[in-house]
Amino acid sequence: MSFALDVLSVVAISAGAFFFLAGTVGLLRFPDTFTRLHALTKADNLGLGLVVLGLLPQVDGALGALKLIVVWLLILSSGATVAQLIARRARLIARSR
Amino acid sequence: MIVAGAFDLALAVTVLAVATWCVSVRATFAAVVAFVAFGLLVAVVWVRLAAVDVALTEVAIQGGIVGVLLLGATASLRRYKAAVAERSGATQRLAVAVFCAVVFLALATAVLTLPDPAPTLAPPVAASLLAFGLGNPVTGVLLGYRAIDTLLETVVLLLALIGVWSISPDRSWGGRPLPMHSAGRADALVYFARLLPPVGIVIGVYIVWVGADAPGGKFQGGTILAAMWMLVMMAGLRNPPSVARSGLRLLLVAGPAFFFIVGLAGLAISGGFLAYPAPYAKPIILLIELVLTPSVAVTLGLLVAGPPVRDARQ
Repeated sequence: MSFALDVLSVVAISAGAFFFLAGTVGLLRFPDTFTRLHALTKADNLGLGLVVLGLLPQVDGALGALKLIVVWLLILSSGATVAQLIARRARLIARSR
Repeated sequence: MIVAGAFDLALAVTVLAVATWCVSVRATFAAVVAFVAFGLLVAVVWVRLAAVDVALTEVAIQGGIVGVLLLGATASLRRYKAAVAERSGATQRLAVAVFCAVVFLALATAVLTLPDPAPTLAPPVAASLLAFGLGNPVTGVLLGYRAIDTLLETVVLLLALIGVWSISPDRSWGGRPLPMHSAGRADALVYFARLLPPVGIVIGVYIVWVGADAPGGKFQGGTILAAMWMLVMMAGLRNPPSVARSGLRLLLVAGPAFFFIVGLAGLAISGGFLAYPAPYAKPIILLIELVLTPSVAVTLGLLVAGPPVRDARQ
């Protein structure tokens, strides 16, 4: 059982790291603000979610697991909000040109 | 072991690279972004050194509050382009470079010539920290042995705020700082500013509370509370308060004043400034943290809000 959980952790965290890598590549390679934001927020949210999922079997106690999930939810909501604000600003600047 | 070593090496190289970028980049905005990134990376360094308390403070103060302050300063500087374009002369830059090199060499020499094992007071301190009844040795040292430093830190915050307020024009003294929200509506931000504060306040208070037994404390928790207040102000849900309000000023002074009174009481009761009577050390320390938290939070929020520049009725 614990071996299966360890395998789950390794797989999930590796997948999360892959999404972080993909998001970073997108941030560096995509042509404009909106596509870069798309790469960053989608990949980071999913990447962090997978890392948290992988860490969940490794924490002892429900409180630690709850804290990890709260961290993920907080970053999801702040990432979504900041992406909206940056995109809004970018659209205003694009229109004024 | 090798993985950890490689990670530490990569971390150290990245920190140095970001620091170089921060100093050398020409655009102010990019320099501020680099500075915040530098703060976050240094926090990871502190975690690697097992100093989680310091890491939390680093993230909250340098990554958070100072970042916001510098971004605000960058925005105000745009209005004075001429002043920004003015560069310091070659002699001045050379003097700064020489000074930094001397400081670096002195520090490097000091670190490299440390006796091994380094002289330390840690074991006797750790042995007598039990007297405070606190699980977190950092809080024990900060509010037990080095209480005078912590008291002065809170006073320095207050002095910084007085410094910010003192640059307000005479006619708007007693008024309000500029609104922190921009003119256009940002629905996502308004929604976020309604959603997050209940969660953020609980987390801020929790971090103050666990400070007695785990990494955390009034500066870290107070910064989170201040951030929630700033979020509400930036979304335009609340105006920055008028600096003339006596309740607000009382809140600012309450923390340091209470700390100071406890110190004087220690002089009368236990025979030393900031000496706590032994059986009550833990409750007194917790009480000081609780009273200081709102003062720290309000001071940080007002520091970011800036000097009063408009009439209180606006």
